[in-house]
Amino acid sequence: MYEKTEITLDELRHLVSDRALEGETVLLNMGPQHPSTHGVLRLLLELDGELVVHCIPDIGFLHTGIEKNMEAKSYEKAAVMTDRLDYLNTVGNNLVYCLAIEKLVDLDVPPRAQAVRVILTELQRIASHLVWLGTHALDLAAMSVFLYCFRERERILDVIEMCGGQRMMATYFRPGGLWRDVPIEFEDTVRQILKDFPARIAEYNSLLTKNPLFIERTQGIGVLSREDAIAWGATGPTLRASGVTHDLRKAHPYSGYEQYEFDVVSQTSGDTYARYMVRMEEMRQSLRIVQQAMDKLPSGAVRSNNRKFVPPPRAELGTSMEAVIHHFKLWTEGFPAPKASVYVAVESPRGELGVFLEGDGGPKPYRVYWRTPSFANLQVLPLLSRGHLVADLVALIGTVDIVLGDVDR
Amino acid sequence: MDEHLSVAVAALAERFGAQVSEFRDQVSVLLAPEHVAAACQLLRDEFAFDSLVGQTAVDYWPEEQPRFHLVYLLYSFEHYQRLSLRLPVNAGVLTIPTIEKVYPNANWYEREIWDMFGVRFEGHSDMRRILMPYDWVGHPLRKDYPLGYEEVQFSFNYDEIDQRKPYARE
Repeated sequence: MYEKTEITLDELRHLVSDRALEGETVLLNMGPQHPSTHGVLRLLLELDGELVVHCIPDIGFLHTGIEKNMEAKSYEKAAVMTDRLDYLNTVGNNLVYCLAIEKLVDLDVPPRAQAVRVILTELQRIASHLVWLGTHALDLAAMSVFLYCFRERERILDVIEMCGGQRMMATYFRPGGLWRDVPIEFEDTVRQILKDFPARIAEYNSLLTKNPLFIERTQGIGVLSREDAIAWGATGPTLRASGVTHDLRKAHPYSGYEQYEFDVVSQTSGDTYARYMVRMEEMRQSLRIVQQAMDKLPSGAVRSNNRKFVPPPRAELGTSMEAVIHHFKLWTEGFPAPKASVYVAVESPRGELGVFLEGDGGPKPYRVYWRTPSFANLQVLPLLSRGHLVADLVALIGTVDIVLGDVDR
Repeated sequence: MDEHLSVAVAALAERFGAQVSEFRDQVSVLLAPEHVAAACQLLRDEFAFDSLVGQTAVDYWPEEQPRFHLVYLLYSFEHYQRLSLRLPVNAGVLTIPTIEKVYPNANWYEREIWDMFGVRFEGHSDMRRILMPYDWVGHPLRKDYPLGYEEVQFSFNYDEIDQRKPYARE
């Protein structure tokens, strides 16, 4: 599928300034194996001394064709691919895909399943922010934060493993509810996390928030104005740090978020420090949501009773002929979805994670488009980095919080 | 449909002859591709659709008229509303105007549509591939592009498949 052609310089000339052609500025390649690029991001930098004139991201090194692959699988089987997009927000990806299917075929979700979905996605948000915090601090030479964060993150992944059998790629959320009910130990483990975490988050705060070195590296670096943030389609903490108080959990509540009380955190300065403050506070708000969801966790079924979309429990197969027929139909063919399209979005740790799902009347999705927050937020990076030092660029890559699996899909 | 949204949609229908459809409370508007830049300008400036959420395409191969639907997802932070535009693109003309001047973040989305579907955008500032390697041939998300499996050879069609099989060459 490759054609042996050299890329001509003319095709790339418009990306750099005229000074680069005269040799006044230097072109430098950063990545894709650079540790501070958080994966396989390649940046082509035009440098004037140590200042960034142009930053040209080159993505696609982790392109795995997930959208194409999903078209070849039935709706339920394609769900396993969703975990692999944003590998720090696996249950969140499951959630938005399931919500899209549920919207497309008009399928109900029992209240208990909705509450467990909220608990797990909020815990995952904390885990994702912990990875961001650890690696961001590591990029800015604060090594110890990284170790603490990953220790705490492991406790959250333990909860996901307890529910779905896997630390990361659990595919625990299924169309119509959950794969199975949460285990008995779930309640105690989550309660223990809720008890321990506020003190831990305060500890990270004390490590960085007033640390003069950290402030020096982040305040006033990469300022994104409110207008630019909206025009360039930034979402999530990147948008909220620029003064837009917008959160999809509040603006378009899904999975019962309207029942929980929490604040949408925002800052106005739009710099790297503001984005740090937003994410730190978001972890506390997530704990609040988990606390409320645990307190009023309803009992009952965890999967819809609509047998046209949800396979019957194993136990029914021995006694009910109808259950056998449904089981056979769902696991050989899958369920059909109408010839129409929906767009559903949730607030992932990085911003608006959306799925555009189009059905064609058959059992396979005709088109799945992932509107991923990392892709949108990475597009802001050239804007943020203009005129900054290369050393600050490292802080900026950390602050937009990209996951390359999410960028490249 | 919400009041603000119905006014916006009525304006699109009046000026550009757009057709409105609604599915599960989501409004989408079918619009001729030549009007897209003007329609986006109108929606952004007069109806506060200040954010482009995403752009993608759907391939209807083997149908030719239209071969693609481009889908533009817009969002209004002021009114908390979503609107999607659908632009039918016929197989003969695979070039449509860019909306980069209205929404700067259309840059990467349009590059992705070019890369994955082979629809070009006129007036785009940087029309290169974005996800696939620069020397890649073909547009992977088209429906006539195979998923990449190997065809199974049976005795009755062994030679036929053998002829078109891409073997590793020196």
